[in-house]
Amino acid sequence: MEAASLTVDGAREMLLFVARRFVENQDVLTRADRAIGDGDHGVGMARGFEAVQRALETGRFDTLEALFQAAGLALLTSIGGASGAVFGTFFRGGAKPLAGREAFDAPALAAFLQGGLEAVQKRGGAKPGDKTMVDVLHPAALQAAEQDGQPLRSVLHALAAVAEQGVENTRAMVASVGKAKTLGERSLGHPDPGAISMAFILKFMAEYLDSQKTTA
Amino acid sequence: MCPSKKFINNPKNIVPEVVEGVVAASLGRLKRLDGRNVVVVSDLAPGKVGLLIGGGSGHEPLFSGFVGKNMADAAVAGNIFAAPTPDLILAATQAVDQGKGVLYLYGNYAGDNMNFDLAAELAAEEGLQTRTVRIWDDVASAPPERFTDRRGIAGDLFVIKVAGGVSAVCPDLDEVARVTEKARDATRTMGVAASAGRFPETGELSFELPDDEIEVGMGLHGEAGVARRKIMPADELVDFMLEKILPDLPYQAGDRVAVLVNNLGATTMMELLIVYRRVAQALGAKGITIHDGILGSYCTSQEMAGFSISLLKLDEELERYYDMPAQSLSYTKAA
Repeated sequence: MEAASLTVDGAREMLLFVARRFVENQDVLTRADRAIGDGDHGVGMARGFEAVQRALETGRFDTLEALFQAAGLALLTSIGGASGAVFGTFFRGGAKPLAGREAFDAPALAAFLQGGLEAVQKRGGAKPGDKTMVDVLHPAALQAAEQDGQPLRSVLHALAAVAEQGVENTRAMVASVGKAKTLGERSLGHPDPGAISMAFILKFMAEYLDSQKTTA
Repeated sequence: MCPSKKFINNPKNIVPEVVEGVVAASLGRLKRLDGRNVVVVSDLAPGKVGLLIGGGSGHEPLFSGFVGKNMADAAVAGNIFAAPTPDLILAATQAVDQGKGVLYLYGNYAGDNMNFDLAAELAAEEGLQTRTVRIWDDVASAPPERFTDRRGIAGDLFVIKVAGGVSAVCPDLDEVARVTEKARDATRTMGVAASAGRFPETGELSFELPDDEIEVGMGLHGEAGVARRKIMPADELVDFMLEKILPDLPYQAGDRVAVLVNNLGATTMMELLIVYRRVAQALGAKGITIHDGILGSYCTSQEMAGFSISLLKLDEELERYYDMPAQSLSYTKAA
């Protein structure tokens, strides 16, 4: 059985899974950030997703919007720096178009990514090509918008592949916003750590759906 | 990874322990806000416009060293080289708001901009009025036509000083913001680095530079500058830096300026004095009068060897606020 959608509680389990996987994979982010930044991205994201775990384990959520808002607030108030503002804004911006939706399905995912993308771009001003998480989020949101009618799991796998390509594409870019912009040409050849984190979100969501294949 | 020979305890406790140190050294003039990484004046002058400064840690004494009488009312400290979170900024806003609104004053970095903007939105939802002035004094970080892309560095001190003065006597937030912007727009800085500082949590160098080279325009986090040169005599270097700084505003004959020669971490007072001497000679030769001169560690990047030169061009209004007596842990001005 393909998982077509998740309930609010299912989405909560998915975010808890994503959070656990972030904490497990923080060294990947640390190594990537040491190459072009100050190396604190992995520790920061792990701190953020530990806060997400605490918020989701202790809170009660009746709607998808409230659930994703809570995750965003946890990131926003625990990471700090540009990462906390960007990823917190991504979840909070993505939560808004989930209002009134009861199922986290492919159209909900597309709305979540589009809402998150718009909020992040408004907040930080990053455009595609600036070597940021937008270089993953932008193509993923476009792809998601074209996948209506597909089961959530297969959409997420398609998005994870797009995201991986988005991360690779950032290697050839020179950072032009955020603190990494100050490295200029020195950032060439290295993937953007924020882009890796954005790809992680989609990849770990897909992994969660794989683990729930029998769920309706 | 190189071991970091720093005099610290658990690296995770650096920021709160610095906050505790500032509070302890203030002898009661400052307090910590609810066990958080915020330093606040103990007895805020009633009815004043709040002045809130802040940013990433690791640049001490910036920012908490500039909280005090006729200086900032509070400073919010993020993690090492990382902007503070919006909830912390909001808590500090609530602590210093006395119904007249709060001015946010900080260096122009993406993380700080986003987090302070988020806090401003949260504050607005609570009916609190805020205004924002971002400091962008580093002439090396972007050309004049893209001045809003420039970073905030040691010139922060001048802008905080003027903002502290005006916010102490003027109860109107918009007017405080106007004068603060005026001070910001009259301030220019350029730095130079000879060797890197180490990230205190990892012990790693913030950048690599060959032993015999310096980077002119190096940023506080090892950001690339405008020119890499072989080490050269101090006078030659100062002249090179002033050639970039002076035309940028411009500073010209007949102007009155305040001068800051700032240690970026590991540079000796001996060197700062040699540099200051050349700055004074060069300004004098151009007919620029030095109203006030400051030397020392005000905006640092761990043990980075290097210095920066900042100029603030004064007019009658800015001079009035600049000359007001002030007291903080790391900057004091006598009456």
